[in-house]
Amino acid sequence: MSLPPKGYYLPAPSHWPIVGSIALFLLALGATLAIHNLAGGGFLLGAGAATLAAMLFGWFGKVIGESVGGLHDAQVEASFRWGMAWFIFSEVMFFAAFFGALFYGRVVAVPDLALGDSRLLWPGYAGGWPSAGPGLKAVFTPMAAWGLPAVNTLVLLSSGATVTWAHWGLKLGRPWQLELGLTLTVLLGMSFIALQASEYAEAYHHMGLTLGAGIYGATFFMLTGFHGLHVTLGTLMLITILGRARVGHFTPERHFAFEAVSWYWHFVDVVWLLLFVFVYWL
Amino acid sequence: MAIDGSSAILEPAHHGALPGGTWRWLTTTNHKDIGTLYLCFAAVMFLTGGLMAMTIRAELFQPGLQFVQPELFNQLTTLHGLIMIFGVIMPTFTGFANWQIPLMIGAPDMAFPRMNNWSFWLLPVAAALLIGSMFLPGGAVAGGWTLYPPLSIQGGISYDMTIFALHIMGASSIMGAINIITTILNMRAPGMTPMRMPMFVWTWLITAFLLIAVMPVLAGTITMLLTDRNFGTHFFSAAGGGDPVMFQHLFWFFGHPEVYILILPAFGIVSTVIPTFARKPLFGYRSMVYATASIAILSFIVWGHHMFTVGMPVAAQLFFMYATMLIAVPTGVKVFNWVATMWRGSLTFETAMLFAVAFVCLFTIGGFSGLVLAMVPVDTQLQDTYYVVAHFHYVLVTGALFAIYAGLYYWLPKWTGHRVDENWGRWHFWLSAVSVNVLFFPMHFLGLAGMPRRIPDYALQFADFNRIASIGGFVFGASQILLLIVIVKCVRGGEPAGNCPYEGAVGLEWTLSSPPPYHSFATPPELE
Repeated sequence: MSLPPKGYYLPAPSHWPIVGSIALFLLALGATLAIHNLAGGGFLLGAGAATLAAMLFGWFGKVIGESVGGLHDAQVEASFRWGMAWFIFSEVMFFAAFFGALFYGRVVAVPDLALGDSRLLWPGYAGGWPSAGPGLKAVFTPMAAWGLPAVNTLVLLSSGATVTWAHWGLKLGRPWQLELGLTLTVLLGMSFIALQASEYAEAYHHMGLTLGAGIYGATFFMLTGFHGLHVTLGTLMLITILGRARVGHFTPERHFAFEAVSWYWHFVDVVWLLLFVFVYWL
Repeated sequence: MAIDGSSAILEPAHHGALPGGTWRWLTTTNHKDIGTLYLCFAAVMFLTGGLMAMTIRAELFQPGLQFVQPELFNQLTTLHGLIMIFGVIMPTFTGFANWQIPLMIGAPDMAFPRMNNWSFWLLPVAAALLIGSMFLPGGAVAGGWTLYPPLSIQGGISYDMTIFALHIMGASSIMGAINIITTILNMRAPGMTPMRMPMFVWTWLITAFLLIAVMPVLAGTITMLLTDRNFGTHFFSAAGGGDPVMFQHLFWFFGHPEVYILILPAFGIVSTVIPTFARKPLFGYRSMVYATASIAILSFIVWGHHMFTVGMPVAAQLFFMYATMLIAVPTGVKVFNWVATMWRGSLTFETAMLFAVAFVCLFTIGGFSGLVLAMVPVDTQLQDTYYVVAHFHYVLVTGALFAIYAGLYYWLPKWTGHRVDENWGRWHFWLSAVSVNVLFFPMHFLGLAGMPRRIPDYALQFADFNRIASIGGFVFGASQILLLIVIVKCVRGGEPAGNCPYEGAVGLEWTLSSPPPYHSFATPPELE
């Protein structure tokens, strides 16, 4: 907080965006090659991931430096808020596509396959949910809601509470409460990921529930998988702001990064509630 | 929320030592530099997609196979569509937004200058992957720009590369849209209330919202395509309980708002150009804003009209039919307002105005053929015929592209500091306006007579109209060289434009010098 901001901060030319573009080029090319088991795919994927990581560290590091250096005035902070809010909205729409697939598969596609002309093609198929479809040999057990998933719901909801408790600590100027709250949130996030991993192992090894288990398996793993990826990302973000909280980057008045991460965390929480209801329970 | 009047922009410490040469363009955080990059990229893509179109028209000049094999023909139609949509129209509008929005709302730059750079520099990466996929074994994607399964599940390695290219373009669009929407919401000069914003800014605000809402849906949908292709899922395969039709629902939930993403900024440009050369304020500004918003909202509930023939309940067909026809109401409001703006104005017909007036006439033709296609029984006949090709080329070429031309002729003096050569401009306009109708109008007849789209060969009775269309196509393609000449001449020199070369123009951008200073509004301007 050395300099009082004199106006909207306009950053100098930066090489990080072009580094990010190179990273995504390597990742896309590497993934294309790796999918087809072609030479160089794995190497390019690794190089792309490393480049992307370097870019994220460098770019965010620079923004954090500018923030701590007092270059961001209230208007810049407002831009960040709008930006984060719209980014979360785009994430909502990303998940909407997969929820759309789940509802369509369950309400339209699967029942239709047991009706009308489809009966000539797939005689004896009864429809009904859960289903791996009429043409696959896959036999699987659907994931029950009231075991591990219910525990995970509790874990994630508690983590939403702890991050809010940490926020209160930050606003009331109690560093110990901030750090303890964030640490608990990180631990809960990690527990969630670990439990989810064990659920996946169980599904693959004992329940016959795989990505290939028809529309149920596909929607199950796509929805919970992308959610798990977002929890992982959110946990990394929480670890980052925990580190920043420890070195005193946040004041009770100015802590946009904390708020952005907590918004993101609550968003991930809400997605999980929808998952729990529509993927596991109903 | 507007900025407090006291603030001036905060310059980086080493300002004045900006990098030069290539490094400047790779690292720039300036909205004008990035706007120029978008426009140059779009020009290169326009040439690429245009050459593909020329090849397509050459092949269709007469029946039989002349120049390209059917496989390559299908790749060319697919890439032509993807390149023109994601590589030309969208980047051009984003380039206009970058150049104009900060100037129009009195902001020093875009809200996120570095992310702005990234949004742009992802596009060449995606384009390299997309066009590079032509040289992979099996050639480029040949299933049409809509990538319908099961065809798109059976294709080769280029399909995966195209999916990743689209992911990157989507990321670019989402970041660009977040930047634009934040700039408009947070960076306006004091006193510029929403209902005082220029129409171009309004249309981009709504377009940015549409982009953020639907690009992620496309990303999710092509991700499912990717896993169906490579990781054993069955989203789009009936054997596993999925449905190829589900892809169409998801795709067009993205696709229909996408076509308004391609036209709303065009509405904004035309709403800017016509009042200037009619020397009257825009008629019905408020209704224009509401009409734009209505079109955007309706765009989310009409996707089914792209798939009437695929099989859906009659009730759904009726719903999508009526919802689609409803869009004609706000669109009609717009056309009425443009005409009413010109009514009793003191009109002059500079090239920008010529293109804007042509837009109003020709876009309306495209709109009406859309209304024809909205009717289920008619669409059942016309689905996948050249009538559809005629329809969307009228709205995208004589619609979106002509509005882009109007915007280019209108704003080039502001960007370069030189007036446009009106003589060359008029030649460009008249050659384009005549040839584009020779090119696309006969396609209506071909479609009504039953000629299917996406085929390299056709029955003899279609030969005459195809020949006429091809001649129109070649003239239209060649006429665009004139545009290139106009742009190069304007960049290199010409009569000085002054702050404002037009007597009827209003808006903050005309209070600045041409070209404007490096940081547009170092201090926010005061609005009376």
